[in-house]
Amino acid sequence: METQSYTPVPPGVGMEENFLSLDDILLSHERLPCRTESAFPRLGFLEKSADTRDIPEGTKMEMPLWLAKGLYERKRRTLSVDPPKTYRQGWRTVLGADPNVVDLHKMGPYFYGMGSQLLHFDSPENAEIAQTVLQTFIGRFRRTMDASQNALDADTSALVAPLDALERALFRAGQAGLAAYQRWEGGASGRIEASGLVVNYRKRKLGELQA
Amino acid sequence: MFCEKAIELVRELHRMGDGQLPAFNEDGIRQVLEEMKALYQQNQSDVNEAKSEGRSELIPTIKFRHCCLCRNQRCIAAYLYDRLLRIRALRWEYGSVLPTAIRFHMCAEEVEWFNQYKKSLATYMRSLGGEEGLDITQDVKPPKSLYIEVRCLKDHGEFEIDDGTVILLKKNSQHFLPRWKCEQLIRQGVLEHVIS
Repeated sequence: METQSYTPVPPGVGMEENFLSLDDILLSHERLPCRTESAFPRLGFLEKSADTRDIPEGTKMEMPLWLAKGLYERKRRTLSVDPPKTYRQGWRTVLGADPNVVDLHKMGPYFYGMGSQLLHFDSPENAEIAQTVLQTFIGRFRRTMDASQNALDADTSALVAPLDALERALFRAGQAGLAAYQRWEGGASGRIEASGLVVNYRKRKLGELQA
Repeated sequence: MFCEKAIELVRELHRMGDGQLPAFNEDGIRQVLEEMKALYQQNQSDVNEAKSEGRSELIPTIKFRHCCLCRNQRCIAAYLYDRLLRIRALRWEYGSVLPTAIRFHMCAEEVEWFNQYKKSLATYMRSLGGEEGLDITQDVKPPKSLYIEVRCLKDHGEFEIDDGTVILLKKNSQHFLPRWKCEQLIRQGVLEHVIS
């Protein structure tokens, strides 16, 4: 396998978020439909539809996940969070019927991550959401693995397009493994190679010169 | 909405997933810090008001701003930390001297950190393997022979090997050289390892 000295901070597993992971920061930037259950004085300028000084109680607005998580409390209700459309009954039925036909990248792109994060908020649908997320992953995993292990030197963009961020990472890992195996079989694994970082850097510089 | 600038910083790094080091976004960092300062001051005055006049309805707003502060802090910490990971990788990929173009992408503190890292690594490598020390950036892959066949990919000038012979590394010329001498040049893309 290509020795890569840079490995980014991995995203958290399950309901946990990794504080320094770039992926988790982008995941927690996804927006959720929320309803305020108490007024937020002096923050009216954040809500563009109304021209008031305060955000009144009962306003429906979209908030990023990190803010919803920060403001949400079980005891003192300041906020209630609805699951986004893609986790509600309608889509759950679709995913239950055949998870393979759905484009999770369009729905997500952090479908699994978001699904797990939703469990932080009390909702009667939580159990079903968790079940759906898990079953969707199981249903799609076989296909993802099969594709990543067998597409050698082929254009994979069509295969990758409908995959969620987590599945993409798995797909890449599978491809790297496949490539490393092929190199070993061809007896080229002992060959010293130019660092990927250096090669990519030079390519970019060349592009800038031509532009 | 708050924290939009901070997420931009994170996106910028995320887009370059292969470990390239983009230019240090000093302007972005400054804007985030200014936003944090403003948030902090607003919160401070609201906290005082809530305390002195007993206006507890301000508490949700204070909490809201506090979340934004924490979020900005997290984004900046992640931005700086991920850059350090990338800079550390540069030491292993390029060797101890970086191309100027890359050095321009680092801020003064990052250059300082890189130099400290270089020093620590060198001290550690000297402490290994007895008198001579051991270069642990060499032989990343287990060597199979002492000498290898290499081909020059660009003009690199003169190059001296162990026995004192000087050879001219000219583009497209092919040489049979000691492996440990040229491993770094291969990683830097000056030479190419030829396997017949």
